[in-house]
Amino acid sequence: MIATFIPPDKLGTPPMSESPWALLPTASNHAAALDTLYVFITILCVISMILIIGAQLYFMVKYRKRSDNDRTNPITHNTKLEIGWSVIPSLFLIVIFVWGEVQFMDMSSPPANAIDVRITGQKWQWTVAYPQFPGGPSLSCPGNAADCEPTEKTPTLYVPLNEPVRLTMNSVDVIHSFYIPAFRVKKDVVPGRYSNLWFTAIEEGEFPVFCTEYCGDEHSSMLAKVIVLPKSEWAATVKKATELKLEEGETMAHYGERLYGINGCAACHTLDGETKVGPSFKGLYGRTEQLSDGSSLAADDNYIRESILEPNAKVVAGYSPQMPSFQGKLKDEQITALIEFIKAQK
Amino acid sequence: MSNQTHDSVEPSYLVAKKGLLSWLITVDHKRIGLMYLVATLFFFMVAGLLAILLRTELFTPGQDFMSAQTYNQVFTLHGAIMVFLFIIPSVPAAMGNFLLPLMLGARDVAFPKLNLLSFYIYCIAAVMLVLTLVMGSLDTGWTFYTPYSSTTGTAVIMATLGVFIAGFSSILTGLNFVVTVHKMRAPGVTWNRMPLMIWAIYATALIQVLATPILAITLMLLCIERVLSIGIFDPALGGDPVLFQHFFWFYSHPAVYIMVLPGFGIVSELITVHSRKHIFGYRAIALSSVAIAVISFLVWGHHMFVSGQSELAGVVFSFITFAVAVPTAIKVLSWVATLYGGSIRYTTPMWYAMIFLWTFTVGGLTGLYLSTLSTDVHLHDTYFVVAHFHYVMVGGTVIAFLGGLFHWFPKMFGRMYNERAGAISALLVFIGFNVTFGTQFFLGHQGMPRRYYAYLPEYEYLHQISTVGSWVLAAGLFLVLFTLLAGLKFGKHAPANPWGGVSLEWHTATPPIEHNFHHIPHVESGPYDFPEIDWDSAKH
Repeated sequence: MIATFIPPDKLGTPPMSESPWALLPTASNHAAALDTLYVFITILCVISMILIIGAQLYFMVKYRKRSDNDRTNPITHNTKLEIGWSVIPSLFLIVIFVWGEVQFMDMSSPPANAIDVRITGQKWQWTVAYPQFPGGPSLSCPGNAADCEPTEKTPTLYVPLNEPVRLTMNSVDVIHSFYIPAFRVKKDVVPGRYSNLWFTAIEEGEFPVFCTEYCGDEHSSMLAKVIVLPKSEWAATVKKATELKLEEGETMAHYGERLYGINGCAACHTLDGETKVGPSFKGLYGRTEQLSDGSSLAADDNYIRESILEPNAKVVAGYSPQMPSFQGKLKDEQITALIEFIKAQK
Repeated sequence: MSNQTHDSVEPSYLVAKKGLLSWLITVDHKRIGLMYLVATLFFFMVAGLLAILLRTELFTPGQDFMSAQTYNQVFTLHGAIMVFLFIIPSVPAAMGNFLLPLMLGARDVAFPKLNLLSFYIYCIAAVMLVLTLVMGSLDTGWTFYTPYSSTTGTAVIMATLGVFIAGFSSILTGLNFVVTVHKMRAPGVTWNRMPLMIWAIYATALIQVLATPILAITLMLLCIERVLSIGIFDPALGGDPVLFQHFFWFYSHPAVYIMVLPGFGIVSELITVHSRKHIFGYRAIALSSVAIAVISFLVWGHHMFVSGQSELAGVVFSFITFAVAVPTAIKVLSWVATLYGGSIRYTTPMWYAMIFLWTFTVGGLTGLYLSTLSTDVHLHDTYFVVAHFHYVMVGGTVIAFLGGLFHWFPKMFGRMYNERAGAISALLVFIGFNVTFGTQFFLGHQGMPRRYYAYLPEYEYLHQISTVGSWVLAAGLFLVLFTLLAGLKFGKHAPANPWGGVSLEWHTATPPIEHNFHHIPHVESGPYDFPEIDWDSAKH
């Protein structure tokens, strides 16, 4: 069974840290800065905890009831002490606030020379596109498998080492959130507007990307990865990853299978007959379908083409009209390849 | 504290009237309180069992016995039931109803019939929320974020109407309590002589009255959008999804204090009575409750640092959030200071109060990471947040609620429970709770997002520890239930004042008579003036 959303056990990124108790790798400029503050707050918390709980435990033992004739201390307040424990923590709080505010402003201000990358969120996959390069979204194989099935490929954000990158993100359906833990960056991806985040990767490697705003059934599988490459390899890798055309010696149906994977068709259309959001492609071609308006027609080349470009014009009975249109996203040759692929699913 | 005598021959409120109908149409605040107690405990159990299902599913990284859809529905119901049917009404409506008039020296709340109406409104809301189970269920999360909730096919309208109606119950109870506190204090119960439990419930009631209408309006707008396709929050119709978050958190952040302030009140009572000490810093604790209630209206944006609200708004909300940390710290430090020089009795309620100091301190301190703008960017919507709010909501409110339940159980039912079983339950709850949620802080800083039914294999180890902890916690909570049920059936008869409390609820029969007091008490001293206090030593 093929899926375009990536089940977490298939993502294939190496573990981010050796021990689950350790800090994550500091793979971006923000990560190093943020960890310093994180550790500072942790030290303050541990000290406060020791003082508060230490005093509590000491009192609990020292002032436990000894006899029915115990007399207790009449103290009801102590203004100096109370002012002290209001003012001193406040000073520390102000330090933390200002420190966090300065970092946040830096995280919100991308440098002018940042490389632009576009991210699109959609239930339940990310699409990564590079405005400077023509071609399709960038994908990579899981783990280090060089020769993977086209449909197993993971959406991949390739970034050059030590260069600022700015992501401009939007969503085509509900709110998602783009989160790279190893970079300590996160931003909600909201339909109807663009949001930005930026970073400079400072460590080579492969890191997971999560969706962190609940977006429905396969929220947990809306994953991607970031691959940080030396600047010299970056352009060539992106060019190769975004290339989208019929390869030498490739059949139309195989090209169609790649397109099926890249465009996220599998989120709704299975190949094994199981019904998900839309009809399965198994045995679809040529079948006579009952439509929701009561009429019926055979699923031929023209019907499939129409369903890709104007999905909600003729909906098969029992399904809801919610497929997005691929008008302008797929070339004629690609639609033909998809039809050939569907035809091959007997 | 009062010159009230209690040579009662009148029957207690439990048996003064007989038959099911006498309960269903009662206007006695104590009976209404008990009905709330039974209902909220029932929903606590339901939502708790859902949580155990969730944790068990998370034992392995892959999908086990729940499909993605089922998992999403279960975590939604867990949150919605816990928040709207358990935590919000638990302390104010269940315990507050029982205690407020007793502690004020009043015969009932200001509007007894309105009080009963609130209970039935709550019941209608509960039925509606449970009905969503039948109606194709709900998978939006308890936060109902748009546009997901405007577009998902599940029973959003039924659920939001349920929450909408629950809100009215909350508003009416709040209104009733505010009026009761203002108008029905017994002679001598000045503002400075009110038990801190009353201050906390009073501050809570103010928030309930002022904030809940915003939630009602927001959910109404959501329904209008879904039914009439008017674009309010859904960008496909020209709306703004972030606007929903502003509206939602404008209620739901103050609601956090609706949930936790009453817990503060309970802890103030438990620590003083069981250590025989006057509360340290009465005025600071009382006024910090009011300060928290006021500031809580101005911090909602800290839920939205990465939502796309303006950076300036983020900075302002972060600053005000730090400001709310100060009155909270004052409370914790005052409670610890109250123990100084006491004569501490390790009863079951006191063990829960001691656990509260630990868990709530952890919950409060970890809030610092989340109010800090930059570290929140990393931790937002990860397990760190899950751990933090469970430390505050469970470690704060629920632990205090359990302590309060053990403290006032003898007053409510006239029976004692097995102290040893109570203490063991506290130990199990303490261990189970910290193992469950302590590990989740580490999951969070490792980047594990919330609301995932499956996860990367590298998180498995911590998830397994957390799941085992949740089983221990569940065992502890079941032991609480058995201890109290066994006490109800087999427990010794409770004396009128088993803990030696001096606030007014201990100055009437146990269980109280139907109208609380034969004569309205006249109060001449404070609620924390215990006979053991060595006032003379202060003069030297």
